Amino acid sequence: MNPYASLQMLRNELDSRALSSVELTQMYLTRINKLDAEFNCFITLAEEKAMFQAEQADAQIAAGQGGALTGIPMAHKDIFLTQGIRTSCASRMLDKFIAPYDSTVAKKLNHAGMVCLGKTNMDEFAMGSSNENSYYGSTKNPWNTEHVPGGSSGGSAAAVAAALVPVTTGTDTGGSIRQPAAFCGVSGIKPTYGRVSRYGMIAFASSLDQGGVLAHSTADMALMLSAMGGFDAQDSTSADQSMEDILALTRDSEGFALSGKKITIGLPKEYLQNLTNAELEAVYQNVQSVFSGQGIEFRDVSLPHTHVAVPTYYVLASAEASTNLSRYDGVRYGHRCESPKNLEDLYVRSRSEGFGEEVKRRILTGTYTLSVGYYDAYYVQAQKVRRLIANDFTKVFSEVDLLMTPTTPSPAFKIGQLSKDPVEMYHQDVFTIPASLAGLPSMSIPCGMQEGLPLGLQLIAPHFKEALLLKIGNLFQQHTDWHTQYPETGQNL
Amino acid sequence: MPKMIIELEDLKNLARLAKIHLEPDAEENSKTDLNRIMQMIAEMQSVDTSDIQPMANPLDAVQRLRLDKVTESDHREEFLSLTDHAQHGFYTVPRVIE
Amino acid sequence: MTWETVIGLEIHVQLATNSKIFSGASTRFGAQPNTQACAVDLAMPGVLPVLNKQAISHALTFGLAINAEIGLHSTFDRKNYFYPDLPKGYQITQFQHPIVGRGSVEVILEDGSHINVGITRAHLEEDAGKSVHENMPGLTGIDLNRAGTPLLEIVSEPDMHSAQQAVAYFKKMHALVKYLRICDGNLNEGSMRCDANVSIRKSGDTTLGVRTEIKNLNSFRFLEKAINYEIERQIELLESGQKIQQATLLYDADRNETRPMRSKETSEDYRYFPDPDLLPILITQADIDVLKKLTPELPDQRRLRFQETLALSEYDANWLTADPDIADYYEATVEQCNNTKLSANWVMGELSAVLNRQELPITSAPITAKQLGQIISKIADDTISGKIAKQIFDDITRQADPSVDVNEFIKQNGLTQMNDESQINDIVDQTILANPDQVQQFRDGKHKVMGYLVGQVMKQSQGKANPKQVSEMLTAKLKTQP
Repeated sequence: MNPYASLQMLRNELDSRALSSVELTQMYLTRINKLDAEFNCFITLAEEKAMFQAEQADAQIAAGQGGALTGIPMAHKDIFLTQGIRTSCASRMLDKFIAPYDSTVAKKLNHAGMVCLGKTNMDEFAMGSSNENSYYGSTKNPWNTEHVPGGSSGGSAAAVAAALVPVTTGTDTGGSIRQPAAFCGVSGIKPTYGRVSRYGMIAFASSLDQGGVLAHSTADMALMLSAMGGFDAQDSTSADQSMEDILALTRDSEGFALSGKKITIGLPKEYLQNLTNAELEAVYQNVQSVFSGQGIEFRDVSLPHTHVAVPTYYVLASAEASTNLSRYDGVRYGHRCESPKNLEDLYVRSRSEGFGEEVKRRILTGTYTLSVGYYDAYYVQAQKVRRLIANDFTKVFSEVDLLMTPTTPSPAFKIGQLSKDPVEMYHQDVFTIPASLAGLPSMSIPCGMQEGLPLGLQLIAPHFKEALLLKIGNLFQQHTDWHTQYPETGQNL
Repeated sequence: MPKMIIELEDLKNLARLAKIHLEPDAEENSKTDLNRIMQMIAEMQSVDTSDIQPMANPLDAVQRLRLDKVTESDHREEFLSLTDHAQHGFYTVPRVIE
Repeated sequence: MTWETVIGLEIHVQLATNSKIFSGASTRFGAQPNTQACAVDLAMPGVLPVLNKQAISHALTFGLAINAEIGLHSTFDRKNYFYPDLPKGYQITQFQHPIVGRGSVEVILEDGSHINVGITRAHLEEDAGKSVHENMPGLTGIDLNRAGTPLLEIVSEPDMHSAQQAVAYFKKMHALVKYLRICDGNLNEGSMRCDANVSIRKSGDTTLGVRTEIKNLNSFRFLEKAINYEIERQIELLESGQKIQQATLLYDADRNETRPMRSKETSEDYRYFPDPDLLPILITQADIDVLKKLTPELPDQRRLRFQETLALSEYDANWLTADPDIADYYEATVEQCNNTKLSANWVMGELSAVLNRQELPITSAPITAKQLGQIISKIADDTISGKIAKQIFDDITRQADPSVDVNEFIKQNGLTQMNDESQINDIVDQTILANPDQVQQFRDGKHKVMGYLVGQVMKQSQGKANPKQVSEMLTAKLKTQP
């Protein structure tokens, strides 16, 4: 069985009984056990539980009660709580934390009959763009192990790229699904803010965090999203919006067909004017000609506040994170220092030992921007600029159906290349952050190669137009083969 | 406009509020990093935001309300098993006297 | 030099809900530690708050009752600080946009005068857990059952000028929240606690003096004592030329003194900001109209009704309506006996004394309103004397048996007043014969001696004769008989 098979192919194998879920699960677990020592995609493997779920799935399939995802292996980013399985958020703070309940996403995918193989590596508390900020060590990019896989969902992206698992969950706060998807040559979607429940997804920045998927294709992502998404009463910020148009994509082979309507894609000039990467520019031109060949029109548009998106994002995300992480105090769970002298010592040492450098840096930044005297100048100003950025998008979406940009300014950088310079690292997310601030659905799909490393194409849609995003992405993937190019490592095991 | 330079004393105060200890030899680096971050953030301050309402939620949605029903049951033993520091059903911390 | 005291109160009212403000855990009082702390209350990773509708309704009901401005777009903020009873490391509260804005209440003082106390705001927030120190040497135990219980914090203007005024205001708010059925009002379970801000200034000054805040007072008596102690302490300091230090204090009831709290850091920076896990609460005029219709009779309205239709004095009406349970009991008593004044006397006198002695709320009174009403009826129709009535009241409250029928009880114990004229007549005649000296004195015009003679008749009748009837009979006989 080709480990890079699509979910539909796996479905056919399982339904025709050519392969059982137990066999499929064993196949991927074998790949993980042989290959992951090199890539370090997984923090925790849940082999026993996975085999149990696979057996249950086989029974369901045998009873004719299987759904589209029953028996298909997957892995969760280690930010989603999975009951009975360690959920570490790649932090020493939660190194021994066995989740006492299931996140809504884990619950839904369990309910869909999926088999969870384990928990994928990430930047600690999702803070990072390279996976170098993990307590469990960096994940390596399967295309070139000297390079980063991106972050923070780097383990999820690399695991799909190396076919250690067919599909993974991820979370995206400022680009944490899209950027690693681009670096690892896989497809990744961040749905509209509020589309996927945040309940049981460890919070980084509450007003930006959104769960999503990393997979081999738009078709696979549509299947996953249809099972993961939807309203959740346990999340006050969850959107009470119909999932019908996403479900429609998965129902039949015609689901992805575009209705006769003419599609116009906007090209935001601010994203391209400072691009110094000639190869990327050529790739980008090529993408346009693929789409033009399918009757799609392009229009130049302007998003004038793009240049302040990165600072705005860092004010909001750090402020929210600084208080979201206050619960890690060593009292009820998580890392607790040895023999504290007093309460203050318990707090300070537990937190200082439990958190890594980047997490501390963001907590301090956020603490500063929320301080008396600075709150209006930083936090309130950032919330206002956020509205201006969102307004820019609203305006251009009255003229175009979608926006298209490169996902990142360059392909995956080398491990250690930017880790000494936080500000340079923050600017890696310059293309993905604006859509996050506006809460827009956004997707990265592979669109080319540069020096043996993949490049990503970002598509951005209006709120709740994930279906349109997936249809346009699917159109591209039907006319290109970038998404079916795989790293050499481990292709034949 | 707030002052743009974070001094060592400010850093220590932030660390105190955040309950984070910075090793003395790391303080200088932290200060430099933080100042660089704040310098980057300062870019945002030039934007004219008069008459703009702050955006707290990207969907500008309003709060949904839950009916007043008890839906949770006692899971104390499971929760207490997540720490080694509990006695007689209480979480324990070093003595705090008011 | 004369000094003026300025007091403002922050009252924390635990709202009467089944579940917590942001989780589905029970708010029941007195459970085993941490058995009512769910994942949300414990601030487990990944959990999120969802707002309880009842907490909003209760807050609005309060706002409407004090004619306050209602925050049509109120929001929740995070107040950040570390403490073991605060699992998230922040308290969810309303800082910038509270649900209830400015309002006011009228308070009647002991001497009958009225004062107006302004309400600055009332906002929703979550309660913290509890710390215990018993049986844990060197450690503090944390019980998070109370964490997340909905609180309405009512902040007053500094409109009070004595401990008595502050107590009267606190009592008024206690009455109000009980009437509105938004709080059970159980002070001994901490359902209402208040912080008192106290400052002193020279009479005539318009600027406020430096204030201290006495935290966590949970009884009317402690509030009064703590404020009086603090006023004296501040005056002493000022008169000896010293300055008041702004401070957060705790009141030690055992020593009757205030002392600074050790755990609170000075000038804490709480870094308030809107909680991104919660969205703005939108209140519509329709919501308000519905709640207005549901608002029960308020203490002021009930007091006026008692004054106007039951002909009670303002003092009595105010006393009886301060607690809706007392007012209910009183009204049930009146319904039984139809005597508003006697009912008021008994409820405010004997009954209140018994309740105080036994430390019982009126809802657990050892005598039912029906039983008390029956006793009062028997006094009113002269079946029993006041003295016998007191005896019956004591017996009934001792038995504390609501099934006892007072009429039966009187019959069985032969306590009926002797209204049979012939029976009394005999005793009167015997008494006249047995006391010739006193009879003569009466006939000589020393009418004071009548008291003695009536007393003798009462004694002979074992208290069952009607003293009024005895007196009339004696007078008639002594005046007509030779």
